[in-house]
This record gives sequence, C-alpha cells and structure tokens, in this order.
Amino acid sequence: MELALGIILGCCALGAGIAMVAGIGPGIGEGNAVAKACEAIGRQPECKSEVTTTMIMGCAIAETTGLYALVIAILLIFVAPGILVDVLKSALG
Amino acid sequence: MEKKRSLKFILGDIFCLALIILPIAFGIVLKVLFTPASNGIEVTGARIYFTIHMPIQDLPITEAQVNSWIVILALLGLCLFLTHGIKKIPDSKRQLAAEWLVEKASGIVGSNMGEYFVGFTPFIMAIMGLSAFSSLLTLVGLFPPTSDINIIAGWAILVFILITYYKLKAGPLHYLKSFAEPFAAFTPMNIISEVATPVSMSFRHYGNVLSGSVISVLIATGLQGLSHMIIGKLTSFPLLQIGIPAVLSLYFDIFSGCLQAFIFAMLTMLYISGGFPMEEYFAKKEKKRKKKEQKV
Repeated sequence: MELALGIILGCCALGAGIAMVAGIGPGIGEGNAVAKACEAIGRQPECKSEVTTTMIMGCAIAETTGLYALVIAILLIFVAPGILVDVLKSALG
Repeated sequence: MEKKRSLKFILGDIFCLALIILPIAFGIVLKVLFTPASNGIEVTGARIYFTIHMPIQDLPITEAQVNSWIVILALLGLCLFLTHGIKKIPDSKRQLAAEWLVEKASGIVGSNMGEYFVGFTPFIMAIMGLSAFSSLLTLVGLFPPTSDINIIAGWAILVFILITYYKLKAGPLHYLKSFAEPFAAFTPMNIISEVATPVSMSFRHYGNVLSGSVISVLIATGLQGLSHMIIGKLTSFPLLQIGIPAVLSLYFDIFSGCLQAFIFAMLTMLYISGGFPMEEYFAKKEKKRKKKEQKV
C-alpha cells in the first residue's frame, strides 16, 4: 500500500515536471517573434504600435501549447493524486 | 469654477458609487465568513458557498460565480457613474473620460473588424472590461473569477456561438463547404481546429491567470521559509515577505491580467470578422434583392 502510494505521488510529480518541458517551444518561438518585431521597429519606427499589437497577438497564440502543458501539469499535481489514491483504496478494499 | 449641484444629482452619484463599493465589500465579507482558519499559504480552487438542490444535478454556487456577479455589478455602477448627468456640451471630467473611452473603443473595433462590425463595440468592450476587472479583483484580496475554467469557458463558448453564427451567414452549404478547404482530405483537421478555438481561448486566459497565482503562492511560501531561516524561530517577523511579492503582483495581477483581457478581446474580434464570408454574404443578398425585383 505504501509503496503504491509512493509510486503514484512520485510519478504524478515526475509527469508534471516532464510535461513542462513543453515550455521550451513557446520560449524559443516568442523570443523569435520579439526579435523580429524589434528588427521591424528598428527599420520602421513609425509603425511601432501596429507591430507591437501584432507581436503580442502572435506571442499569445504561440503561448497556447505551453499553456496546455501547464494545465496538464497543474492537473497532475493538484487533481490526479487524489483521484488515483481513491482508485487505489477502492481496489485494495 | 464653482458649480451648484442639485441634491438629486448628488444622491444619484452616491447611489452609483455605492453600487461600485458595496458589492466588493459584500464579497470580502463572504470570503471572510467562508474561509476556514488555517496557518500557512496554500493553493485552493474556488470555494463552494452553497448548493442549490436540483432534480438532475446539484447546482453549486461557487466563489468564482459570486465574484463574477460582483464584477458585473461594480462595472454597471462604474458605467452609470461615468454617464451620470451627461450633456450635449460636456462640462464635467467624467463625461470627457466616458467620451474618450467610447471613442477609443469604437476606434479599436473599427480598425480591427472593419466598418461592418462597428456595432460590436459594446459586446467586445463588455467582455474586455469584465475580463480585465475580474483579474484586477485580486487587488482587493478576492478570488479572481478568471482563474476558474468554468467562467472563461462560458465566455469562450459564447464567442464560439457568435463565430459560428457569422460563418453561417452565407448559408449552411457554404459553411459545410468551408470544412473541405483546401481539399477534402483536410476535413478532419479543419473540424479539430474548429473545436480547438473555444478550448484554446479559454485555456489561454485561464492558464495565464492561474499560473500567475500559483507562482505567487510558491514564491510567498519560499520567502516565508527563507525569512524563518534567517531570523530563526525567535520571532515570526516577515522579513522578506515585505515588498518582494508586491513586485510580482505588479506583473502577474495588473500587467498580465490586462494583457490577457486585451488578447481575449482581440481574438474575439479577429475570429468573428475572419470567419464572416463578407463577399459571399453580400452576393447572396444582392441575388435575393434581384429576385424580389423580378417578381414585382
């Protein structure tokens, strides 16, 4: 029982950590977007506001995959252990 | 410049201000009453205030719902306050502020959605204001409704219905045909991307606000431990907890909350105006009009 509990809790934490590896993608993507936006503003300073708005929109959409990973990690930390422990308890009686 | 204001006007002002302040005070009282005493900082979801028994399923009234009602009432009070006693020639600061807000709002909507959709300004700004002020509700210590998926999912589904309505404007056949673009093999992917719209919209907003509050709690707990280590167990003086969390709150509560509200409103505008088949709709309208003329 204790071993099973330990495995459940440890694997939930590990899974949450591994899920957040997906944060690399949005990081690189948003960095690229901001770099290009800076270049564009440097070339044409008069369209700064439009470039900034478009960049923020692009960043928000690029962020989505990272946020999916975040939601999964939060579910794994806060929700999954409770459900799995209940399943274990009902299985062992 | 001295201005005489009638008693009726002042009473109206007091009513509007009370409509802003009283709901927030009510929310704080409810929170104090329902939060159990505990020592330590923890991450919790929305508390359930009470449950209404329904035949099929119980209807829980949660903190997030009550707080979103509070935001709605306070926003209504703010709007009433800003538009109270407006005249044709503005003579008060609040009317100038209200006019500036309306002008800015219709400018944003007009430049992003096109002239055809300027009528959407109140809807878009209502969603934006609701979202922004829901996130800013953390500043008075209340649970932000935007960090509950149910609230955001409701808004996202509303927006999704609107998007689908505008896509259907050129006839259901045109709508079904748009799934098979660029060719038929893309149909499953198009269906998935259609369903993903509300999911990604709600998760984006919810994830941003929730991650901010989780990080704030983690850092506050860490600072508590650190200051405990530094000054020992003699006193419980919060040495490091003064000031440092406020800087984080500046980013996570104010900047991120307003940015997410802006992004949600922008995406709403882009999806609605992007999904609307303008040319087909007007061509269809023209055809109908010609048919009618021929009959006459």
